[in-house]
Amino acid sequence: MPSMSLVLSQLFNGLAEGLLLALIATGLTIIYGTLGIINFAHGALFVVGAYAGYTVFGATNSFVLAILAGSAVTLVVGLIMERSIVRLYYGRPPEDQLLVTFGIGIILVELVRASYGGIGQSMPEPTWGQGIVPMGFLIYPLYRLEILAISAATLAVLYVVLYRTRIGLIVRAGIEDSLMVNILGINVKRVFLLVFGIGAMAAGYAGVIDAPIVSLTPDMDARILVDSFVVVVIGGVGSFPGAIVGGVIAGEILSLTSMFNPAYSDVMLFAVMALVLILRPQGLMGSEGRE
Amino acid sequence: MNESKDRNENGVDRRAFLKTGLGVAGGILLPGIPNIVFAADKYPALANYPDGVSGDSVFVGLAVDLTGPYSAEGADERKGYELAAEQINEGNSAVHKMSPLTKKGVLGKKLTYGVADSETKPNTAVQAATRFIHENKAMMVTGSVSSAVAIALEKVCDREKTIYLATISGSNETTGVDCQRYGFRLCYYAYSASKAIAPVLAKSLGKNRKAAYLVPDYTYGHTTHDSMVEFTGKEGWTEVGQQVHPLGAKDYSSYLINIANSGADTLVVIDYGADAVNSIKQAKQFGILDKMSLVVPYMSPFLGEEVGPEIMQGVYGSMGFWWTLEDTYPVAKEFVAAFEKKFNEKPHDSAYIAYLNLLLWADAVERAGTFYGPEVVKSYEKGVKREGPVGEVWFRGDDHQGIVNFPIVRGKKPGDMKNKDDLFEIVTVANGAEFVAPVGHFGCKLGAYV
Repeated sequence: MPSMSLVLSQLFNGLAEGLLLALIATGLTIIYGTLGIINFAHGALFVVGAYAGYTVFGATNSFVLAILAGSAVTLVVGLIMERSIVRLYYGRPPEDQLLVTFGIGIILVELVRASYGGIGQSMPEPTWGQGIVPMGFLIYPLYRLEILAISAATLAVLYVVLYRTRIGLIVRAGIEDSLMVNILGINVKRVFLLVFGIGAMAAGYAGVIDAPIVSLTPDMDARILVDSFVVVVIGGVGSFPGAIVGGVIAGEILSLTSMFNPAYSDVMLFAVMALVLILRPQGLMGSEGRE
Repeated sequence: MNESKDRNENGVDRRAFLKTGLGVAGGILLPGIPNIVFAADKYPALANYPDGVSGDSVFVGLAVDLTGPYSAEGADERKGYELAAEQINEGNSAVHKMSPLTKKGVLGKKLTYGVADSETKPNTAVQAATRFIHENKAMMVTGSVSSAVAIALEKVCDREKTIYLATISGSNETTGVDCQRYGFRLCYYAYSASKAIAPVLAKSLGKNRKAAYLVPDYTYGHTTHDSMVEFTGKEGWTEVGQQVHPLGAKDYSSYLINIANSGADTLVVIDYGADAVNSIKQAKQFGILDKMSLVVPYMSPFLGEEVGPEIMQGVYGSMGFWWTLEDTYPVAKEFVAAFEKKFNEKPHDSAYIAYLNLLLWADAVERAGTFYGPEVVKSYEKGVKREGPVGEVWFRGDDHQGIVNFPIVRGKKPGDMKNKDDLFEIVTVANGAEFVAPVGHFGCKLGAYV
């Protein structure tokens, strides 16, 4: 039986890991929830953002500029993606959307590999994020605590935008009933373009935030995509609070299972996801049905 | 010509004698000429023999990991093969220490190859190998970084009676319980690495240490963990924690927190490739490396570059090859120079093993005098010793395990590095023959030749 301090440590770590997962999954849930498009290029956009941030950090040594660069680049890539290819697929069956976004994802990843090679690149933590913090029951890296704060803050800002602004209202209305929104005279096409861009930007932003923790490789996208999907499925499609709940649940499952049998932490995560799909297919906080 | 010289005591004209002699010899040979022409058909048809070599080229399939967690190593392997193929085809003198009979090409045929991406997945690798064998008439398939891929390819190639050369494969099982008659594993592996490094660790870090292990959940991870526990156990080390995690995991926070709580004073990272970089980087971030010594018993080739010397300094590990071996081994110097000339970078052990694999295959085929599978296999099994970049190298007939020497390394302090590539100091070169597992130790039973 693990000690109390270990349990507390893992509970805390699960929360931190979970909020990061939620942040990473946000882009996916925004796009899927609003546009109904399963964006399989989500992981690739994460990678593009991470490498853009890495390059800018190498040139300027400024983490803030790196974040801005990562977000800007993926915003632009997302807008181009939507305008050129994705918008042609809104009416198509989900398999087609899946295939085309997956294909775009492969192209993006291979472009990154061709430019940077397969060797892992390292981005250091920002100067204000180095070192470790003794927290009584746990010693935790300062940067991860900052990620916790950054994730929470970003998610809060997104929440405010979605629920307290006009544009957020339109986006949420678009999720509910895009036809009606169109009839009401709002240029839905422009809204969708913006939403896709924001979803892509969120993926890139998360990529830069996550970069100091991991070794950057072009193949990171696979794991990110899977993790994001698990979060979205558990938390609920199209529900922004659901992404947060799903993320935290996923993080806790991974952390707590590792105390007993770390080899099974992934298995438990997918088992829970399967359970949710069986018992409540729309996810814990998702709404029923979506044409 | 002075006539008197052409006649010996018996009065036989030398020229006439030679003409007659040649005529008689030709007459004797005449019935034999069909035999020479049909020598190629002395062996029955098997797999792609003789179709695959009926022309003037021979095809070799390279199944390398161009994507996935081991993609950097896969790309390096490919470079090693390319250099070897180029040298074999032009009959470069560098080849002759490892394949003395090579003139140009393999048995005079031009060596051509195709490259397929195994994606570090056994299924994809098997599909690529099958296509090489059936569509390209490959006479040999090679390439691997993951042992799961190597073992899968061994099995499918054995079924197809086509030779398979594993390149990097660290698991004990590749020439153990999963050994195949047509499968060969040249490189050192978990058992030999652990046996060689344990005494070095005991001498530098001390005996009776408490180790926590970070283990990727597949064949290589488990066998390397078991071998390390076995050999460090002889030095009084105990295992106080083991964290088995899925291959390709990105976030090691939960595993590292458990390890931090285990009371260990040594962290043994069995991970390879991107996993090793992630786990080590995060272990540093969690302050674990301030409390525990780090050991990486089976280092992936680019670990030093990817993690950086600040973290790797003083870390002990083993590798298949490190370029500073050129200071002690002239063949290594030649190899490093040729590689650097072609690719503008230093070779790592993935490239070295690939290079050596292809040259030793050329040698085995030249000695057999044919591409016929069973004869090439027997040629390997003779265990003829050749001089590779790190000393003598040969294959053991009983289980097709290569006997190669390999370096035990220690990370250099950033201040001691002479240039950006000078990441490791070579502590000692382990004698392959001394540290390889005894025959049958891992349950190898080779199958049939046909």
